[in-house]
Amino acid sequence: MVNYLIKRILMLFPLLLGITLITFTVIHLAPGEPVEMQASMNPKISAASKARLRELYGLDKPLYVQYGRWISHLAHFDFGRSFAPDNRPVADKIVERIPITLTLNIIALILEFGLAIPIGILAAVHRDTLLDRGISVFVFLGFAVPTFWLALLCMYFFGVKLSWLPISGIHSLGSDRLPALARYWDMARHLLLPVAIATFGSLAGLSRYMRSTMLEVLSQDYITTARAKGVKERIVIYKHALKNALLPVITLLGFSLPGLIGGSVIFETIFAIPGMGQLFYQGVMGRDYPLVMGILVIGACLTLVGNLLADLCYAFADPRIRHGKG
Amino acid sequence: MTLSRLVTLFLVALQLAGCAKGAPEQQQKARGPAGPPACGDALVTGSIGEPSTLLPVLATDSSSGEISGLVYNGLLRYDKNYQLEGDLAKSWDVSSDGLKITFHLRHGVKWHDGHDFTSRDVLYTYRVIIDPKTPTAYSEDFKQVQSARAIDPYTFEVTYAKPFAPALASWGMSILPAHLLEGKDITKSPLARSPIGTGPYVFKQWIPLQKVVLEANPDYWEGKPYLSRYVYRIIPDSSTMYMELKAGGLDEMNLSPVQYQRQTNTREFLSRFNKYRYPASAYTYLGYNLRLPLFQDRRVRQAITCAINKEEIIQGVLLGMGQIAHGPYKPGTWAYKPKVDDFGYDPARAAALLKEAGFAMGSDGVLVKNGKRFSFTIMTNQGNDQRLKCALIIQQRLRSVGIEVKIRVMEWASFINNFIDKGQFEAVLLGWTLGQDPDIYDIWHSSKTAPKELNFIHFQNAEVDRLLIEGRGTFDTEQRKKCYYAIQDILAREQPYTFLYVPDALPVVSARVRGIEPAPAGIFYNLIKWYVPKAEQVN
Repeated sequence: MVNYLIKRILMLFPLLLGITLITFTVIHLAPGEPVEMQASMNPKISAASKARLRELYGLDKPLYVQYGRWISHLAHFDFGRSFAPDNRPVADKIVERIPITLTLNIIALILEFGLAIPIGILAAVHRDTLLDRGISVFVFLGFAVPTFWLALLCMYFFGVKLSWLPISGIHSLGSDRLPALARYWDMARHLLLPVAIATFGSLAGLSRYMRSTMLEVLSQDYITTARAKGVKERIVIYKHALKNALLPVITLLGFSLPGLIGGSVIFETIFAIPGMGQLFYQGVMGRDYPLVMGILVIGACLTLVGNLLADLCYAFADPRIRHGKG
Repeated sequence: MTLSRLVTLFLVALQLAGCAKGAPEQQQKARGPAGPPACGDALVTGSIGEPSTLLPVLATDSSSGEISGLVYNGLLRYDKNYQLEGDLAKSWDVSSDGLKITFHLRHGVKWHDGHDFTSRDVLYTYRVIIDPKTPTAYSEDFKQVQSARAIDPYTFEVTYAKPFAPALASWGMSILPAHLLEGKDITKSPLARSPIGTGPYVFKQWIPLQKVVLEANPDYWEGKPYLSRYVYRIIPDSSTMYMELKAGGLDEMNLSPVQYQRQTNTREFLSRFNKYRYPASAYTYLGYNLRLPLFQDRRVRQAITCAINKEEIIQGVLLGMGQIAHGPYKPGTWAYKPKVDDFGYDPARAAALLKEAGFAMGSDGVLVKNGKRFSFTIMTNQGNDQRLKCALIIQQRLRSVGIEVKIRVMEWASFINNFIDKGQFEAVLLGWTLGQDPDIYDIWHSSKTAPKELNFIHFQNAEVDRLLIEGRGTFDTEQRKKCYYAIQDILAREQPYTFLYVPDALPVVSARVRGIEPAPAGIFYNLIKWYVPKAEQVN
């Protein structure tokens, strides 16, 4: 087990290197350079000053030199400075966005799992009844309705018409003068709509998945045996079936780890939430290579770690994996 | 608004709101007596984008410009009628040969940290802009300077190699504090995030991606601004911004034509807000690649202009919130020639011109010349709905005279790099933002056709070249006016672009804010005189 773990962890490094190499190349394949974004179509910038900017950013060097430089900085945990006009360290730009994105995503994730799992079980247990169909319609509605549209409708209804909730942002103006508790309350009110809408939109996938694994487990022989023994239906479902049906969910949880630092551009734009989605989008549009690479590296790390954790948890939870060698 | 920003002409990928005829218009509901001007309250305004840096020499985006414009001053500025006036310079002299400009600086102006403002600051700003290590977009105008010196703490003199009229406008550049920056690397300066200027508002706080807060400068040399605070909220979505406005979270924003015409005419809205309307400093055009044989024939370009109904575009795209553009200047400015012999909407004339150029109607309803169908592609950038609609209307109109048009929309960077810079386009639908000075050398002079330069359509006209050089080489406004009038006549005849429209700016401001006086330059020029009567103050 320990050997396996060490092997897995050592494997992460070449994998990460490969990922950075490929992403670095792909990013540079896209037409346009950061200098262009600042200088193109601006009559007041001469060719000489453009060349100077390129030199400043190291864009005049061959691609492999640029990559070598970048990777050696990364080895010292230095993401470099952004190519955007603010020229700030990439790490700073990412760090100032992470708390809000994490908060939002963790709350949404807890709600998503907390709601989707019971919903899925309910649908499986009451398979093909009116309840099951009703649930299907509800979750697919959430999946199908464009979030930006729903968001605007809710903003208009709860914000403009009823004036119950704030419309956008994460703090009210002047909230910095409020006592701590009132500030948290203020922030909670701001987050209510975004979290609710994000959760509504993500219920479908997980609840349908839960429903199908539950149905699969319910059709197993041992469930029939349990029922034949006369075990109460409640216990059959929540003790015998649920335990096994939950196993694949561990994998899904592992997959959602990298998603925690990601964010939807449209969503963040509509609610004026200063999150990672917008940052990444701006980075890509402005060809801000260090920023884009920085975010991708963090995402790649989290994906790899997430997979590793999922495998470990799976092994821990499922004796068949832990002991069996095939 | 800094002059530096206005002086710069650059292509806006942003959506510009629509246009008006002549004088600024204001829709305002009569209110009770306003009461005397009073200090207090805050103006909360919204912006789609976040400022990039508050060191104005390093910034090119409009958000940075709007905030820097309140925190810093230039030596000169434009007044509400587009006339130059002294800002940090109380007066200036141009030597009779036009080579030397002497600025007499204002006494008693203080930086926000209490230091005195002197000619040392001006000299530093000049030096940092021309320093090759400074990544600035504004060095070109200043490279024309042969020498600059501070004669005494309140006199600053620059000498040019040859007379250069845009020089005056270039000195609208925000002046930076030498005592905080000299000898330091400007790209790493903390002033980029917490600026210290001489302007009417003092920087207070910047919460990234949420807001920038400014406070009234009690020691401002023109007097303390009435509005105590200026809050710049960053709201990236315009629909959200509009809802924030209605819910009371914003006092000011720019409306889209649809919002202006269709969504804000309720009694309730008009009792809470005042709407304004005046021509924006920008125009939209259809430009032809003049290296292609197809567009080298002047009659073809004239015919396309005749076939396009500009009025219909303004109605369809801007809901009437704009006016027809005949040339590269904004109506109402001194360089704008009110009457040029332009080609109006006239499909019959278009047909005649095309026939004269050798085109005949083909069997599929598309014109043919030498066996080639008259078909071309209009390219435009992604994310600008108005431009796309505009292209669709043009497509329809040209179709009816037998010209087939395809439309291609592309992401900005790819568009500029792979198509504009390489000359790989047939026609483009784009816009220019106009500077305050009428010098348009960079867009129309035949020397500016190298890759990445702005005369990317390859317009070459010896007469225009001569007039452009003459126009920037004299400080005599009458003489300059003659040059620019002549250029407008030539452009109207040549039709290297089909100038489409000048959109209107459509700002809306909370009705509790008073003291707004619409002028040709818009409404924001006297922001420091805006006020909220004591009884109506909320923030």
